[in-house]
Amino acid sequence: MPESPQHAITREEVAHLADLARIDLSDAELDHLAPQLSVILESIASIQGVAGDDVPPTSHALPLTNVYRDDVVRPGLTAEEALAGAPEVEQQRFKVPRILGDEQ
Amino acid sequence: MTDTLLSYDEVLARFDPALGLEVHVELDTATKMFCGCPTTFGAEPNTQVCPTCLGLPGSMPVLNATAVESAIRIGLALNCRIAEWCRFARKNYFYPDMPKNFQTSQYDEPIAFDGSMDVEVDGETFRVGIERAHMEEDTGKSTHIGTTGRIHGADYSLVDYNRAGIPLIEIVTKPVLGTGAKAPEVARAYVGQLRELLLGLGVSDVRMEQGSLRCDVNLSLSPKSSPDEPVGTATLGTRTETKNVNSLRSVERAARYEMQRHAAVLLDGGKVLQETRHWHEDTGVTTSGREKSDAEDYRYFPEPDLVPVAPAREWVERLRSELPEPPHQKRARLQTEWGFSDLEMRDTVGAGALGLVEETIAAGTSPQAARKWWLGELARRANESETELASLGVAPSDVARVQALVDEGSLNDKLARQVLDGLITGEGSPDEVVAARGLAIVSDEGALATAVDNAIAADPDVADKIRDGKVAAAGALIGAVMKEMRGQADAGRVRELILERLTPR
Amino acid sequence: MSAETRTAVELAGALASGETTSVEVTQAHLDRIAEVDGAVHAFLHVDAEGALRDAAASDARRAAGQTWSALDGLPIAVKDVLATRGLPTTCGSRILEGWVPPYDATVVARLRGAGLPILGKTNMDEFAMGSSTEHSAYGPTRNPWDLDRIPGGSGGGSAAAVAAYETPLAIGTDTGGSIRQPGAVTGTVGVKPTYGGVSRYGLVALANSLDQAGPVTRTVLDAALLHEVIGGHDPLDSTSIDQPVPALVEAARRGADGDLTGVRIGVVTELGGEGYQAGVLARFEESVELMTKAGAEVVEVSCPHFVHALATYYLILPAEASSNLARFDAMRYGLRVTPEAGADGGQPSAEDVMRATREAGFGDEVKRRIILGTYALSSGYYDAYYGQAQKVRTLVTRDFEAAFERADVLVSPTAPTTAFKLGEKVDDPLAMYLNDLATIPANLSGVPGISVPSGLADEDGLPAGVQILAPAMADDRVYRVGAALEALLAQEWGDALLAQAPPLPPAAEGAHR
Repeated sequence: MPESPQHAITREEVAHLADLARIDLSDAELDHLAPQLSVILESIASIQGVAGDDVPPTSHALPLTNVYRDDVVRPGLTAEEALAGAPEVEQQRFKVPRILGDEQ
Repeated sequence: MTDTLLSYDEVLARFDPALGLEVHVELDTATKMFCGCPTTFGAEPNTQVCPTCLGLPGSMPVLNATAVESAIRIGLALNCRIAEWCRFARKNYFYPDMPKNFQTSQYDEPIAFDGSMDVEVDGETFRVGIERAHMEEDTGKSTHIGTTGRIHGADYSLVDYNRAGIPLIEIVTKPVLGTGAKAPEVARAYVGQLRELLLGLGVSDVRMEQGSLRCDVNLSLSPKSSPDEPVGTATLGTRTETKNVNSLRSVERAARYEMQRHAAVLLDGGKVLQETRHWHEDTGVTTSGREKSDAEDYRYFPEPDLVPVAPAREWVERLRSELPEPPHQKRARLQTEWGFSDLEMRDTVGAGALGLVEETIAAGTSPQAARKWWLGELARRANESETELASLGVAPSDVARVQALVDEGSLNDKLARQVLDGLITGEGSPDEVVAARGLAIVSDEGALATAVDNAIAADPDVADKIRDGKVAAAGALIGAVMKEMRGQADAGRVRELILERLTPR
Repeated sequence: MSAETRTAVELAGALASGETTSVEVTQAHLDRIAEVDGAVHAFLHVDAEGALRDAAASDARRAAGQTWSALDGLPIAVKDVLATRGLPTTCGSRILEGWVPPYDATVVARLRGAGLPILGKTNMDEFAMGSSTEHSAYGPTRNPWDLDRIPGGSGGGSAAAVAAYETPLAIGTDTGGSIRQPGAVTGTVGVKPTYGGVSRYGLVALANSLDQAGPVTRTVLDAALLHEVIGGHDPLDSTSIDQPVPALVEAARRGADGDLTGVRIGVVTELGGEGYQAGVLARFEESVELMTKAGAEVVEVSCPHFVHALATYYLILPAEASSNLARFDAMRYGLRVTPEAGADGGQPSAEDVMRATREAGFGDEVKRRIILGTYALSSGYYDAYYGQAQKVRTLVTRDFEAAFERADVLVSPTAPTTAFKLGEKVDDPLAMYLNDLATIPANLSGVPGISVPSGLADEDGLPAGVQILAPAMADDRVYRVGAALEALLAQEWGDALLAQAPPLPPAAEGAHR
């Protein structure tokens, strides 16, 4: 059985998670989110140990498998439609601010 | 800051390399992995997109049946086990070229796993274990606008999502051990022979320079277990991943470079940093990218919008039975058919020319002629320009046409080589190049006769020698005629004409 | 001006007989919206021009003898979480303010293909996260029964619009009760189909493994008609059921005779008792009584793992949602907030803009759940949280399977309480989550469910609902039993429950656009 994690979540952990989720939380938000989330986690913790190792996880409500489509072209969007909601466009492409990270 | 490199011999004296290769193959299906957008290359930006590959709110993926079939065939050709049941997973991270900010891929349930491929290097066979082959989707493409066009220092970027969602198969090897000094060559040979395999399957056009075959080279060193070689107390066996390896040549060079770099670090008592590095073909070095660590938490979970893939065993077996001949078997057969010696065959394979030679022969050329061109003239030019044979811009059908022109007497060897020049610089088909450059052998007997007479008249001493029976002296006259004809004459015919005039019948 | 209170079936009849036209019916509802929506705020966007144009087209079709469906010409409202080409789709969020999709959700395409003019888009909790519609970035919707109270959520707009006679029909979506619970607290009918029964293509995903779109109406038969229009396999949705839609309308008509002889009704022990308002329980027990009198056999069933359903849900949903909402990053559509300087002091980078935009564009509840979901999926915690939750989900499904061996349908009160006051629970996330106690299990297992008005609670005179659940794929059972109960209750009340709702005040000055 995996060790039960602690259910309190610290401000630092919230900050790290906000970073992973790309949300620039304010200090005030960081202050009140940690205790709020801890309370929620505490109640959610009730599921620990409920299901034994022999219980398989459900990732799909329906037991469907092998749903495919044929390799046939289907009409899509025009460039105009695709770019219609874009904050900024240049040369028929989405203009985005400078990218710092590396591609993966 | 330039890296210190240990000499290759010293590296091998002290360390054993462990290689790992990750290859991404772009499938040449008609449509993308999860939507019906076309995959043709070179379209105007953002004209091959739809709500799904653009990741618009509410959009959903539907799996391309042909992509699954190709994935299974690749797995089978690599002697893998095909999963009875597997799923897609989301790999979550943020990057502007990823419309959903997660990549739909496979995590702990790849469609194919636990296979192998035998790789030949200089007559020695190395069995490379295949860890897995799995399905995933490609990202969009960003163009970085700024002073250098590189991502660092750019002012902004422009993103085109035409390539977002293109089907990819990622093939990952198990650690390749015991290659010793041949590690770089084994790496190169693996990628080269994998390419051949994939070409044979017809699942991709595997052009490294176009990105339809991409390779990351992983390398680590561990100390040789010999007690005679004391090694420092440094951390050993840390792996680096090198990206931007865009040719077979780069694979070999990058592997060798990293071996030398790691060794220098370790011998100095340092730690090899676990990181991603970039290969620079122009300078022949790797530079530091970003640290490959658990800072990247991809938070994988099964993709809820797709259902599991459970390929029926009958289908898998049918695909297996329809696989093309395995490469080594094919090579053996071709060698016999073509009458090549072991060395000739090995050289052909080693040069990555097998497919090219095969296609040239299929277009009507004799095996030896095909080999001569690809491993001779064309290989020379490829080395000079530091490109791959396949990327020269010369198609097998072109070579076949050139040889045919030589055979029918329209070209001689020298002219043929000029035609190759024209092909490489993209001047058109062989016939177009011949016409444009005026390279055809002049068969006009009148012009030829005039040139022969001129040559004889210009050099009476040599002419006399020939009259006296020193037929070998004709060479000088032939040269003069060829010069006047600008090479566009059949040397044999010229010789005949000279002798006709100067020797008794 | 009195509202158009006829049901969709009645209106369809009036259209067929020529008594009225689609333009008249549509205009009547537009007038009603103009009159009361200033107070109710069910709509985020009203498309009068488009709706009337489509209504006129419907009339023309009908004149030429060519109707597209039984509901051709009947106006409908669509929850703002479904993509509508040419109409703004905000999901109740600032981050999608003004976003106009270039495509229609399949559900919307089917509505258009069936000839229903779309009145507009209804209000909702932001990205469907909530049980009160108070988390809409555009202000809450108010319950037509009492404008100081919540209409339920996340689909409070659709339910309120139907309850206030602003539309005879609406589409909602249900992830943990977001159709059924608003139905219960507004005295309307709401159905969550079997998972996969209605296409999710174009439904902005909250929790992909739980979401379903469904009908929001005033009667069970109206819901069946609408369900048959929108339901069925969609090749664009890999999780949609590849089988014909069951005969739902037939089931609803059959059920309306009120005869439940031989039907085994399972009362779920865990979905009742403590935490449930007395008046809600009373109405529920009376409904069970009525059904027994109508010939049903009532059994008590225990679904022991249902007590873990809430915790399971609040692990699975945030995890999936955190990933689904990652695409809102200011690069391709939606809000873009550019900070003055980047984190490194230089020009703002793409990452800086992403962070600033998501901070400004998402509300508190959304942020809470994104953080929670990110946590549940993060390495080291996946097994204990998300992984564990997916296992408990299996146990919930097994409970259903066992229960359905002993009962044809399961019943419970739809929600633990009647409509609470605006502001009462909005600062207490856990208290808010408890509203979904009874509805969540059905989403975890994908089984279909309906909420049918059960009456008014004695304490506050506010509506309560009875939830009827059936095995997966047996949506027809839900309609049959729902229609039966509705008929039985109507006999008791002498009229539809909604007829007892207090009249809405006239529009204030500068009312709805």
